[in-house]
Amino acid sequence: MRSTAVVVFFVAVLLALPASAAAQGGTLRIGMTASDIPYTGGQADNGFEGLRFVGYQIYEPLINWDLTSSDRLATPTPGLAESWSVNKANPTLWTFKLRRNVQFHDGSPFNADAVVFTFESVKNKDAPQFDRVGASNTGFRLSLLKGVRKVDDYTVEFESVKPSSFVPYQLLYLMMVSPANWAKTGKDWRKYAESPSGTGPFRVTKFVPRERLELEANRAYWNPKRQPKIDKLVLLPMPEPTTRLAALRSGQVDWVEVPPPDAITALRSQGFQIVTGPYPHNWGHTLRLDKAPWDNKLLRKAANYAIDRVGICKNLLSDTCVPGTGVAYKGHPWFGNPKETYEYNPEKARALIKQAGYGDGRRPPRAVHLISTSGSGQMLPLAMNELVQKNLRDVGLDVDVQPVEWNTLLTRWRAGFHTPENEGLNGWNISLAFPDPSSAFQRFFHSKSVVPVSVNTMPYINPEADATIEAAEKTFDTREQDRLLGKLHEIIVDDAPWIFIVHDLNPRAMSTKVKGFVQPQSWFVDLTLVSLGK
Amino acid sequence: MWSLVVRRLLLAVPTLLGASLIVFAMVKLAPGDPISILMPPDAGKAEIEAVKEALGLDRPLPVQYLKWLERAVVHGDLGRSIATRRPVVHDVFDALRHSVALAVASSLLALVPGLMLGTLAAFHRGTLVDKIVSAVAITGVSVPHYWAGIILIIVFSVRLGWLPAMGGPAEPGIGAYVHHMLLPAVALALIPLGVITRVVRAAVLEVLAQEFVLTLRMKGLYMGALVRHVLKNSSPQILTVMGLQFGFALGGSVLVETVFSWPGTGYLLNIAIFQRDMPLLQGIILVLSTAFVLLNLAVDVLQGLIDPRIVRS
Repeated sequence: MRSTAVVVFFVAVLLALPASAAAQGGTLRIGMTASDIPYTGGQADNGFEGLRFVGYQIYEPLINWDLTSSDRLATPTPGLAESWSVNKANPTLWTFKLRRNVQFHDGSPFNADAVVFTFESVKNKDAPQFDRVGASNTGFRLSLLKGVRKVDDYTVEFESVKPSSFVPYQLLYLMMVSPANWAKTGKDWRKYAESPSGTGPFRVTKFVPRERLELEANRAYWNPKRQPKIDKLVLLPMPEPTTRLAALRSGQVDWVEVPPPDAITALRSQGFQIVTGPYPHNWGHTLRLDKAPWDNKLLRKAANYAIDRVGICKNLLSDTCVPGTGVAYKGHPWFGNPKETYEYNPEKARALIKQAGYGDGRRPPRAVHLISTSGSGQMLPLAMNELVQKNLRDVGLDVDVQPVEWNTLLTRWRAGFHTPENEGLNGWNISLAFPDPSSAFQRFFHSKSVVPVSVNTMPYINPEADATIEAAEKTFDTREQDRLLGKLHEIIVDDAPWIFIVHDLNPRAMSTKVKGFVQPQSWFVDLTLVSLGK
Repeated sequence: MWSLVVRRLLLAVPTLLGASLIVFAMVKLAPGDPISILMPPDAGKAEIEAVKEALGLDRPLPVQYLKWLERAVVHGDLGRSIATRRPVVHDVFDALRHSVALAVASSLLALVPGLMLGTLAAFHRGTLVDKIVSAVAITGVSVPHYWAGIILIIVFSVRLGWLPAMGGPAEPGIGAYVHHMLLPAVALALIPLGVITRVVRAAVLEVLAQEFVLTLRMKGLYMGALVRHVLKNSSPQILTVMGLQFGFALGGSVLVETVFSWPGTGYLLNIAIFQRDMPLLQGIILVLSTAFVLLNLAVDVLQGLIDPRIVRS
């Protein structure tokens, strides 16, 4: 009898073992929207998607994003640096204390030499390790930084071009690469990219250009709190939405980025998880402020009151967006307390148009806006703009929309309104990211950012806004900075230089096997939280 | 025969030059540039200029073209992709491998049934069989192949789960390769199937109307031998169409390869166009036009071998 019990016990243990082993580990396969594998040599390309799946998984910056919560905006957190501080006497100097006992995937140590090596590979054209691809992907994100100096093996000092509290935000994008691996791969970044080495939670095991990137969990990862729960990660480029959808439905992948909105209801009913959440994304029309009709603030406000944002999100986009009433969304630390809340109010819009001196048969001059037919972050540009156009026409604002290809829109947008081909335009519909103060406000709303220096295309010139941006940049106290940026946001919302329309909710579709994923308020994700069930 | 080959090869040079010049001009005339995709929207003017300079995009257009041509002709170097910085030669030939495999598979899938159906229809002209075959052929020609691709995915990958929906195989081996290639090959075979069926039917009918067939029939030749004679006589026409269709399959499968994320030249071409990746685009077009020229030459030579009258004329 006792022996039977022992046998039963052992059989039970044997049966339970593989089951519990299967619950852990496994291979997570993700269908990306990129058309190719993002650059794996350190400083990823393919925009934020490249950083999301390749950059932050293989590599790490000195300062990382905290992506563990969906309730608040993702904030900077210690990465390969344990702490950092600005020099009180000379605020252009920043001291970074580096983390000890961190190894690259190739086994070499991470230290101050690696930081200097990495910085020079992106910023110093004459350095032997200068990485032309990496420099064009990341160099411009480090515009505030002039140089870096090794103080001792685990301390470095960065120097900025001017005193600025935005410096730490820039270091979020500089991925630390391994000097030893560079030497090992023949001092050639292309070869480095084929057998990459970072310090991140995943390491590359197989790289097939345009087809797939296979990674495995880095079991020697320094942070015990961020040990990957999965064993393997496979990234597949799938630029076609229908292809991604089919791959998910047929079980070829477990997770796809941006499923088409019209498929979301069906996916839900078929038992797939649809994950959504706000993040710093903005979809609206940027207006031309030095020409009629949008040189008139009343008409701009009227346009903002004319848009049925709830209708767009509900009927057209299956709740994958939320109404946008400013650059930032409500609940965002820089939202502030704007005087105007742009709800759908056609009556108010008509009254504002009347106040501007039009109405009773007199319509404001016709505007022409450039839109795209598709494109990264552009959501469903054609259908959405048809609704926007109808909403505006209903209150008496005539806008012609000119659809062009995404690449064309980007090129023409960068050139600004004052070129022969753009002279006839009054606005453009372009989706934008605002993960940090500089990309949210400085590049669009500071008078020094007027095209061609940066992308203040409107141009938006407001001395009060300039002063507030500058004050925020000079404040090293985060609370005070948030307060100032909130105040700035109030000014901008009141000036209505854009027609604020919606914020995307970054939909992702996943099979029910995917567990533990947190959709952060960020363009990036923490894949170490994800596990695979049955 | 050899003088024909040499003459045709010499003629290929201006053809390829013309193709590369037209592609270059078209891309440059189209609005947009590679920098817009390469550099995120928040990149500053100075950084953009630096990248343009590094890539040689700041130089005048004729200089850019001649530089490219010089490198391609003198050094056999097609440059590097603007987006990935990988050597173009490497990427194009890697993709070509997959496209050739797909083109061969889809051509086989089109040729064998196409020949059978066309011949069947011609021999049963005006009957119900003929009508059914014609309907099949017309459907093949008329159905947009990307749409057919999506339907095939829905049926065979999503509903039945028999075949993968997209991509190339992860593991090596012929079995896995064919498994992944089957759906795109079927989608790609539909149009040539229709075309070949119709051409075969017409060609066979033409031959059937000739007097020697009547003689053969009067001699009491059995059906199999008759078909063989007829097919051999209609083969020049069929071969020409086959060659063309194979060429189209090689380069013209942009839509099907994109729908299935099949890593061939069509997919690569699609990426290159949207990223305005000039060196990559030029490289693909050059290799594809060379393939097309060689293919036509091969068809001509083959025709000469089958029917010596063609060379003599």
